[in-house]
Order: sequence, then C-alpha cells, then structure tokens
Amino acid sequence: MKFATQLVHFDPSPGDPKRPMATPIYQTATFDQVHADSFGEYDYSRSGNPTRRVLEDQMARLEGGSRGFAFSSGMAAISTITSLLKSGDEIVADWDLYGGTSRLFAKVLSRSGIAVRYVDATNLKSVAEQITPATRLIFVESPTNPLLRVLDLAAIAEIADKGSILFCVDSSTMSPYLQNPLALGADIVVHSATKFLCGHSDVTGGVVVVKDDILGKEIQFLQNAQGNALGPFDSFLLLRGLKTLKLRLDAQQKNAVKIADFLAAHAKVNAVYYPGLPSHSGYDAQTKQARGGGAVVGFTVGSTAAAKRIAENTKLFKIAVSFGSVNSTISIPYVMSHASVPAEDRSTRGIPQDLLRLSVGVEDAEDLIADLEEQLDGLV
Amino acid sequence: MPEQKDFQPSTLVIHSNRVYENQSNSILFPIHQTATYIHESVGVTKGYGYSRGANPTVNALEQAIAAVEGTETALCFRSGMAAISTLCLALLKAGDHVVLSDVLYGGTSRLFHQVLGNFGIEYSFADTADVAAVEQSLQPNTRLIFIETPANPTMKLTDVKALADLAHSRENVLLAVDNTFLTPLLQNCLDLGADISMLSTTKYIDGHNATIGGSLATHNEALVERLRLVRKTLGTIQAPFDSWLALQGIKTLPARLAMHCAHAGELAKWLENHPRVARVYYPGLDSFPQKALAEKQQKAFGGMLAFELNANTEDSLHFINALKLATCAESLGSVETLITNPATASHCDLTPEVRARLGITDHLIRLSVGLEAPKDLIADFEQAFAVVFGAEG
Repeated sequence: MKFATQLVHFDPSPGDPKRPMATPIYQTATFDQVHADSFGEYDYSRSGNPTRRVLEDQMARLEGGSRGFAFSSGMAAISTITSLLKSGDEIVADWDLYGGTSRLFAKVLSRSGIAVRYVDATNLKSVAEQITPATRLIFVESPTNPLLRVLDLAAIAEIADKGSILFCVDSSTMSPYLQNPLALGADIVVHSATKFLCGHSDVTGGVVVVKDDILGKEIQFLQNAQGNALGPFDSFLLLRGLKTLKLRLDAQQKNAVKIADFLAAHAKVNAVYYPGLPSHSGYDAQTKQARGGGAVVGFTVGSTAAAKRIAENTKLFKIAVSFGSVNSTISIPYVMSHASVPAEDRSTRGIPQDLLRLSVGVEDAEDLIADLEEQLDGLV
Repeated sequence: MPEQKDFQPSTLVIHSNRVYENQSNSILFPIHQTATYIHESVGVTKGYGYSRGANPTVNALEQAIAAVEGTETALCFRSGMAAISTLCLALLKAGDHVVLSDVLYGGTSRLFHQVLGNFGIEYSFADTADVAAVEQSLQPNTRLIFIETPANPTMKLTDVKALADLAHSRENVLLAVDNTFLTPLLQNCLDLGADISMLSTTKYIDGHNATIGGSLATHNEALVERLRLVRKTLGTIQAPFDSWLALQGIKTLPARLAMHCAHAGELAKWLENHPRVARVYYPGLDSFPQKALAEKQQKAFGGMLAFELNANTEDSLHFINALKLATCAESLGSVETLITNPATASHCDLTPEVRARLGITDHLIRLSVGLEAPKDLIADFEQAFAVVFGAEG
C-alpha cells in the first residue's frame, strides 16, 4: 500500500461495532475492570487509552516499527528515551540540536550522572572516536535544526550497531512521509508531533516508534511510570491532522523549493540553508536517504537588525516558534527556539545571529515570495 | 463583602480564580487549543510563547488550584506521576536521598524503584506515622521527605506538622505531601507546614473520571521557577482541553466533597456493624486508632475507606465482582463509586512480603465512595453479600 493510502486506510475504531470512520474520543481516566483481580485491555488511561492506541499503532505502521507511543510533547518523548539510561551512561550527540534537547541534556540529565559527548556527526570518524564503553545512546537530528545539515543516518547506524549502542533519530523536520530512520538502521525514531504530524498548530505532542519489541516494552513501562502520555482529545486531533500529511507536505515542500530558489537568487541574501537545493552541501545525502528537502528553509541577511526587520515586517510569515504548520511562520533561532542553548555554545555551534528560519506553509507560493521580496528589497 | 482570600470554599472555587474573557464576555474560559503563539515582535509576547511552557487555559486551572491551596502559584501536569517525577528531577540529583512513606501509592514506589533509582537518587521507606522512625531514617544527603496522608490504601495517617517541623530542623530538607485523598479543602498541607502539596487531579479535583492530571503547589517562589523550567524541559505540562475539563470539575469540588464525606461516613458505620465485615479503616470511626490526628489536621474524614471481609480472598474478590452500582476500576475520587482490590491493582508492583508487612492484605478492599445515594449503595452491598454468602448474607 502506498503512503497516501496508508494515511487514510487503517482501522479507526478497533472493536467498535458501530464502525465510526473517525476514532471515538475515549475521554476517560479509568475503565471498568469486569473482574476484581484482572484487567481487560485497558485499565487506566495513563498506561493505555483506546484513542491514543489507534494513533500509536498508525504511527508504528507509517514508520515501519513494531510499536509506537504518543507523548504529551516532543520533549516528553525524548526525555522518556533518555530515561532508558542510568547514572554513568553516556550519550553521543550531534552538536546541532533543538535548544530544548540541549537543555534536557545540560540541566536535567547531567544531574543524574549521564554525560553527553557532542560531535560533528557529519564527520563519521569523530562519531566513532567519541564512543566509549559507557556509550549507550547516539542521538541526532537530520536535517538538523536550525542549520539543516544532513547526517548520513545509515552510516551512523552502522557505527551504533557495532557498539550495540541505541541509535535514535529526531525526524521532526521530515515526518515519515519524507524519511524513515528505522529503515536506515535506527533503533528509535522520535517526532515532535506538534510539527508536520499535527500540521495545524493545535496540538503539543510527541511520538516515539521503535523497531524492537523488547525496547517497546521498556518505553511502554516508562510512559506509564512517568505519566507523560498524550491525552485522548489531543490524540484525536493528531489522528485527524495526520490524514492530510502527504497533501500538506507536498504543497509545503513545493512552496519551499520555490522560496529557496528565490532566496538563493536574491542579492540581499547571504546564504540559503535548504537541503533540497542542489547547491546545499547535504543535497546528495538528503536525496539518498529522504524524499525531498522538507519545508523548513533558513537564510542569512547580514545582520541581526536586518533579520529582525524582515521578521517583524513580513505579513504572511508570522513570528512564532515551532514549524510544520499549514501557516507559514518566521523565526530567528538565535534568540528564539535556540535561546536556551548557552551563548558560548550558540557561537561555537555556528548558529548565525542573522539566521532567519522559515516554516513554509500551504499558502500560494506567489504570495509568500512577494511578502519576502518586499522586505528583502527594502533592506539598505 | 469579604476579601477574595477569605471566601468560603464554595465561593472560592467559582469566583476567586475566575478569569474574565474580554473578547466575548463568555462565562466559561475558552480552550486555547494551540501549540504556539504569534509574537508581537521578536522576543515580545503576551507571556505565552509555546504551550509546552505555558498556556492560558492551563493557567486558568492553575489559578483555581492555587486558590484552594492558598498559594500564589500552582503548576499542572499531564498526570499525578508526571507531577511527582518532575518534582524529583527538579529538586534532586544523583547522590541525594529521599524518605518515603512506607504505605504509598504503588506508582510512586515504582517510580523510585525503576526510574529515579537508575538516576542515582537514593531512597528509603519509613513508617511516617512514627516521627522518631522518620528522624532515624534521615541521612546527611536527605533532601526530601515525601508522604501520603491518608495513605493509599490502608488510610494510615502521618502528622504533617510534626514532619514539617522535623524537616525544617535540618538544612535543605523539604516536605512534600501527596494530598490526593483529601484535597486542600479537607486538609491544607501548606498551612500545616509542608513545602509542597501534590495532587493527582484525576481524582477529586476533576471528580468525573474525565481527565488524567496532576498538580504541585508551594509558597517557595524559587522552587516554582525551577519547576517551570524542568516541566518545560521534560514536556510534562497538562494539555489545554484536559485543563478546561478539570476547571469545570473543580467548581463543584466543595459540594462534591461534602457529599463524599457524608456518604463515606454512613457506609463506614454500616460496614462496621455488618457481621460479614471484619474490619473497616476510616479515620472518622471511633475504632480508627488515629482518629485524634485526623481531627487535628483534617477538616473532615474524606470519601475513601478500606475494609476486610470475614472471608478468604476468593470470596472477597467474588463479592467485588457481584456489586452492580460500585464499579471495579482503578482510580478514585469520582462521582461514581469505585471499588478495587489493591493487592492486584494499585499495589500489584509490591512484593507479597512487603504488602503483608504494610497491612495491604490480599483480601483488602478499597472503596471510593461516590455520590450515589447511600441507601442504594447499601442495597447493592446487601445483594452482593447474598450472592456470595447466601440468603442470610
């Protein structure tokens, strides 16, 4: 079955004799046990909920994994994965990470005795060099946020496999439509479901899909123990948004390519970061492992003041954190999504202060380009 | 007219936290079902940037809970367990030690045994009903005493004020109380001296079994800031829709609690006088050994009780199965009467030896008394006794 068909053909209401096309919202905390000393399939919504389960199964199917899990946020999903670790374990991570993930590593995990070794994971040799007997997890994003660097996921998976190390890919910038890390050899794929999976900025959520059953049982245990699963109503909204993932992303990616081309040709733009541009350093790797460059585009304009001016004056691109929605948004990662990265790291990590990040929506490309053009032309 | 802070509980839950919605003058606060917010300019928001950090509807619930807790700020979480795990990861680091009530919700013990323990957090259990035993279990690296009172499921009480005094006689030791069984309206733990009051809002705050949620309240503003940061980092904040549902639930909290307490009192007395019942654990009964402590620190005796039948485990489970109005289900504090066998449900993760030591026998039955008429509940119990033990009950 092709992806577009998979998105809408699944059992929306397992076991429901009324056969609704939309998944019922089981807005309940608990379930009648039937027997005093044994439970049915569901006992308490923290550990399992029928609405959430439909979403979790659908995500497992779309990512080609054995089991999916939905969490209250992408960060809840990531912190559940890092809860697989214990004091003394180490993580090897690519240095270009979402600010919230860096904060989790620096402000919470470090206190639990879990150390993180940051590497430039585009350099496979340096990944291998940072691995020690204590390494339990390799954690990367690809394309990375916000610089949209492309990592060779299959090659990193090989390194992880050799050391029996878990390999987790945050694939939020791609979604299962454009990239399937499990097929490339990752053990775990994680998404901020707030982004493309939801697509409408109406849900904060996260998704984890694992390849291996035993790992699935460990994640299921933690989801219940830490109590950070997604609620039934939000699961319903996500299931609804997910059905149009391909339609949305086709439109968004098409717009993103046009905008990247426009920006690359504009005299006031210094650099364009978009893995769908043949001139991008990661273009070949991206073409090999994904089905397009996505809908997040970065570009620099020479100064923070110019970046601010553009962000504050575009009319269709609203200033907001997050990405992946039907609405186009604009942000300055250095002072917004990545402000939680310590200042010295932001510079050494090479996040330019004049970097603008666009999340391209489904509006008409001509309107979006005209909006950017007016502001770029106006720069002195 | 009294100051807002002096409102009676039933006024407090409706008016002291009411947020006026200026767009439409809607009586109910809107559901801000949004992940993100439009910034007015770079770095300038109206206090909301991303719903993982804060959300207006979640904040409305937080104000309502803060009002009943008698604090400035409360924080809401995806579940009671998310509240406890966020609290622990915010406060503790590898090498720190926690003293826990020996009788404790199974999910809390599981969190320490199987998650926080891996992060190098040390813990030990103490009979917190005995202040001297708690004092003996304190270590130089103890940072937190975490108790439940009444404890789930045996109803054992802990003297909150005595433990607060003990914690504060040491440097850097905080007292947190899981106050889920009573809520701040029946037992204000912060007034009794605790540093942190924790609630599973799934229970009495929501009251309708509609949501899973948790909350933390404290007078310690520095702790609030740390909790906000760690909650944003772990992504454990409550969702807008679930907050809105709980916000409707809390408006009837005082009315519901009054009924829960009255019905539980009536059922406890009836059970105690029934020949098939061996023992009833309810702080309002004269037979309850810690009744004086309940009268000292509680405003009422609550809606929870536990009992044992003059019967083996098999017949006790059969009795639960035979009930028609009382539903066998996990959770508590809802309008529906819920009944469980803790040994196979909430406390199934404890070893049989530990359960036996703590008085959580295999045939112990926990009852969350709902809002059905006590007469109907008693009739339901009568028919279940007849099913299990024959016509003579």
